Amino acid sequence: MKINFFIKLGLLILFASKIIGQNNSNGLVSGNIQTVGQYYQEDTIINAALPEHLYGFNGFANINYQKGDFKAGIRYESYLNTLEGYPSTFSGIGIGYRYLSWNSDNLGVTIGNFYDQFGSGMIFRAYEERQLGIDNSLDGIRINYEPLKGVNLKGMIGKQRHRFEDGLINGNGIVRAIDGELNINELFDSTNNWKLKATLGGSFVSKFNTDNNTTLFNMPKNVGASSIRLNLRYKRLRFSGEYVYKINDPYPDNQNDNFNYIYKNGEGILLNLGYSKKGFAIDFSAKHMDNMLWRSTNVNVGPTDLLIGYLPALTKQHTYNLAATLYPYATNFYGEIAYQADLIYKIPKKSVLGGKYGTSIALNFATAYVPERNFINDMETTRNSYTTSLFSRSDSILIQDFNVEIKRKINTKLKMSFNYFNFIFNDNAVKVANYYKMIYAQIAVLDLTYKINRHHSLKFETQALWTNEDKGDWLFGQIEYTFSPHWYIAILDQYNSGNLDVDKRVHYGLISTGYINGSHRFSFQYGKQRAGVFCVGGVCRAVPASNGLTFTFTSSF
Amino acid sequence: MKKSILLFVFCSITIFSLGQIPNIGLKDVNGDLQNLSKYTSNGNPVIISFWATWCKPCKAELNTIAEEYDDWVEETGVELIAISIDDSRSSLRVEPYINAMSWEYTVLLDPNGDCKRAMNVNNIPHTFLINGQGKVVWDHNNYSPGDEEELYNELIKLNK
Repeated sequence: MKINFFIKLGLLILFASKIIGQNNSNGLVSGNIQTVGQYYQEDTIINAALPEHLYGFNGFANINYQKGDFKAGIRYESYLNTLEGYPSTFSGIGIGYRYLSWNSDNLGVTIGNFYDQFGSGMIFRAYEERQLGIDNSLDGIRINYEPLKGVNLKGMIGKQRHRFEDGLINGNGIVRAIDGELNINELFDSTNNWKLKATLGGSFVSKFNTDNNTTLFNMPKNVGASSIRLNLRYKRLRFSGEYVYKINDPYPDNQNDNFNYIYKNGEGILLNLGYSKKGFAIDFSAKHMDNMLWRSTNVNVGPTDLLIGYLPALTKQHTYNLAATLYPYATNFYGEIAYQADLIYKIPKKSVLGGKYGTSIALNFATAYVPERNFINDMETTRNSYTTSLFSRSDSILIQDFNVEIKRKINTKLKMSFNYFNFIFNDNAVKVANYYKMIYAQIAVLDLTYKINRHHSLKFETQALWTNEDKGDWLFGQIEYTFSPHWYIAILDQYNSGNLDVDKRVHYGLISTGYINGSHRFSFQYGKQRAGVFCVGGVCRAVPASNGLTFTFTSSF
Repeated sequence: MKKSILLFVFCSITIFSLGQIPNIGLKDVNGDLQNLSKYTSNGNPVIISFWATWCKPCKAELNTIAEEYDDWVEETGVELIAISIDDSRSSLRVEPYINAMSWEYTVLLDPNGDCKRAMNVNNIPHTFLINGQGKVVWDHNNYSPGDEEELYNELIKLNK
């Protein structure tokens, strides 16, 4: 199977090279490839199981062709076998994405697979997050039209990508979506020089699906959702707001009767207000979200399957290992009321506090609560289950995240950053850590980069997490040596130093090395990885513990 | 099997020339739609750097270049376009960050990855150098301290 894949890939590349080998009027071919191979070893100490196929391999190759206004492309995918922790609904080899498109100055047509997003994506976002195994591209037709300068219209219809079995498998539901956006200052010449800038948008999305696993309820076959959005800007001040609404759309929930096949309409509001100037920024966001789960099927599927909408989490995406993977937060589908505030300040250089090169400070505070729900006891009749009102929250906290980052360049060779995190995490509601109780954790990180000379540098990173709950304290250390522009090698260790169970005070050691040449990148990694949660963009996936060798190769041409 | 991948890739390196800049519309932080190709058709070199507010090496690269950017512009007339791939969860963080860090780059938003796909970017940071004729002459998919000097050397070569 693997050999077959490479023969086909080779033929594609040869075909592509033939086109480009001729002169440019024949069009342009470009593409990229990404492969990850893993060889697994059993490790009973960290609970890493040995799959019977021993190796995992995910490979993706995109080939795009462009000639004038015409574009076409395919993505060849292979899961031989699917990497451990990746959705098991991906298997085999085949074409997972193909499209043709044609664009003129004000009109564009796409046929086949495409990705798109309306506003912040709450009622429509077709996107790809390959690391998480999310791909809900729409397979159908899309038309973009700009009838006047400042007016953008989109219309599309199609089915969503769901699984992959030697090729693309779409869900049964049909998604139809339209969106319009007006840039007021571009549309009316008289407003062109206004200091107030305004953009207004609106969308309507509907789904048709007959998937139904219950005879108890009469399921709506067509469900609509709509949204309006407004962006305003006055000098350095900006505001954005978006309101979404969805009619009855019942989903099964085996765990909680209060949410099982309920017919309540969903709604959500997302607000942002910010001010920023050179060296200073302040920003506030608020969100109320209620019953906005929005899939193109109404039967039980995987948590990230067939989602039409994307509900952005109002928290900062952390990058330091312990902060990012132990207690991450994803938006609660049933509903939440969330607030976030950010402050960034750059202390000027050559000042007493700022030092010779300046110092930057970033503060972030985010919190989310369960909405106040008044249960109305109508499960035998209307099945709305409860009522809520906008921004009315209960006392039940979902998360709280306060974090500070201080960054400073000490001299031409040394850069330093210090981070502190304070988390309150309600695992009874969020259910990410499998602890099911409140978790209070603090994390400190010290990160130093020392530039030895023009090409060589060393990076040290130490992290510590303190908590009395869950798995207790953690320590993390990393040393990385880079030789610009081609090489790096890193050694890191995570140690569960405070686990109450002494046998589980395990070291997770890893060594990683890579070679980069232009857009080509090879890397090897050997060691243990703990079970954890891997998140991108507020969407998370649980990853099992593993032990073994990983090879990654990416390239584009 | 890995050998065969390598073989194909090395063949492809010799066969392919690097691509041109896609004709794609992206919003700037003011919400105005800009066409990427407009930046690469004025005869001056352009650097396109894909980054995100959650990407540490990307920010290290762009903050390092920011210290010398004025000189680069003066010497070569280069314009740096920083394309953020932050999605709607974090794209609102872009404007506060770039203002607070006093970047003088042109910043465009690619919240759903359309430009990233069109330019065949697998992971970030990925930085491209485009000559005055709109052709990619150099690219690099990583950032280690010192990489900015290689980019600067390539940039100077263009002006000779």
